[in-house]
Amino acid sequence: MSMLELRDVSKVYGVGAAQVHALRGVDLSVEAGAMVAVMGPSGSGKSTLLTIAGSLEDPTSGEVLVGGTALAGMSRNDKARLRRRSIGYVFQDFNLLPGLTAVENVALPLELDGVTGRKARAAGMRALEELGLSERASQFPDELSGGERQRVAIARAVVGDRRLLLADEPSGALDSVNGEAVMRLMHAACKRGVAAVVVTHDAQLASWADRVVFLRDGRVTDQTMPSPGPESLLSAAPGGHPPGSPRRPGQSQ
Amino acid sequence: MSVRHALLALLSEGPKYGLQLREEFEARTGEVWPLNVGQVYTTLQRLERDGLVESDDDGDDSPQKGFRITADGAEELAGWLRTPPDLTSPPRDELVIKVLVALRLPGVDVHEVIQVHRRYLVELMQQWTHLKESEAEHDLSLALVVDAELFRLDSVIRWLDAADGRLKRASADSADRADRADRADSTDSAGPAGAVPIVLPRMRRRAGVRR
Repeated sequence: MSMLELRDVSKVYGVGAAQVHALRGVDLSVEAGAMVAVMGPSGSGKSTLLTIAGSLEDPTSGEVLVGGTALAGMSRNDKARLRRRSIGYVFQDFNLLPGLTAVENVALPLELDGVTGRKARAAGMRALEELGLSERASQFPDELSGGERQRVAIARAVVGDRRLLLADEPSGALDSVNGEAVMRLMHAACKRGVAAVVVTHDAQLASWADRVVFLRDGRVTDQTMPSPGPESLLSAAPGGHPPGSPRRPGQSQ
Repeated sequence: MSVRHALLALLSEGPKYGLQLREEFEARTGEVWPLNVGQVYTTLQRLERDGLVESDDDGDDSPQKGFRITADGAEELAGWLRTPPDLTSPPRDELVIKVLVALRLPGVDVHEVIQVHRRYLVELMQQWTHLKESEAEHDLSLALVVDAELFRLDSVIRWLDAADGRLKRASADSADRADRADRADSTDSAGPAGAVPIVLPRMRRRAGVRR
């Protein structure tokens, strides 16, 4: 089932000569359990796409459906509830609240949604445990390393019954080992049935996705084909490679 | 990659048979580096000829023939580890040449050509990442090999992104200049005539290109 669907979505900012077409007729569908990466240069419309997918902004034209429900027909309150219950966000700079501990940050979306403090905290602890952070639960954000802060942000994004994970350059300024850890966690969330959209200009992050969509000047210009399994990299026919040279993915079979 | 030095490295841990050397070589390069057994024996023969390894002196070439590293061999290996590979002159890069050619050909959209290559490279990276995710977590050698490949492909994509941006800016600048020239033309007919063409790179510069 399609957790997120964008149909012919356009977004125009400004009027007259100052008009900027941030998105032009974008179609995008993300199934439950799938991770889609959106790659493009600065100004290509990546972040606009994410804010529209997350119902934080309305498209100028076109339709957005989350979990099969069109956002256009929803009241402001309904949208807010959808954001609290079904959509998790991961930002480049983590956006943790400095006055709350790790577990309080993670439990916050549930508490805002009316879950009792005790239950929300228990769910927050479970999410932190899954990310290997239960021992850091009582620390404040400024007592955590960058990698830990981003794991807390991911825990907050997947806590409860969230079905759609939206991430904007989620590895931010993390080094490549921590960046990889972030992507492993997001991928694990997808395996549990969450749909994820990651916007990034970083090909190493994007390569964790099942599908990579290329955005340019507000248009989807291209996307990758479903990739064959890893066995295709290593199952080259004998003698198919010059001796002493590495096997390349494209040379397999 | 020097098979010669890889074999010396394996022998520096202790005496080994030819077949064993091949298996260990493949295992330690994450099995992405196939090596045929003939190549192992040819290399061992040369190493022996050069005095860098010694074999069991029974004159027979059975698979059970053992090899040992010599003092000269150990010295050769230590020197090789610390000798930087030749990265001083740029290799002749087929992709760079394709983009330069696309830029000069009339009727070819260089951005479209760039995107074809970018997509292919990202697809390759997806396959390598998939491999890392499924198999490399407990295989350190494989993880290192996969990382090397991912960083290499990533750097090519970054170059394509940079080229894409640079070309976009260059064509916007030249449109700008053409615009200004047009306006100048309408007021002053003696001004510079028409659009300034995009300055295309010349492919004559050969210095530093490795043959």
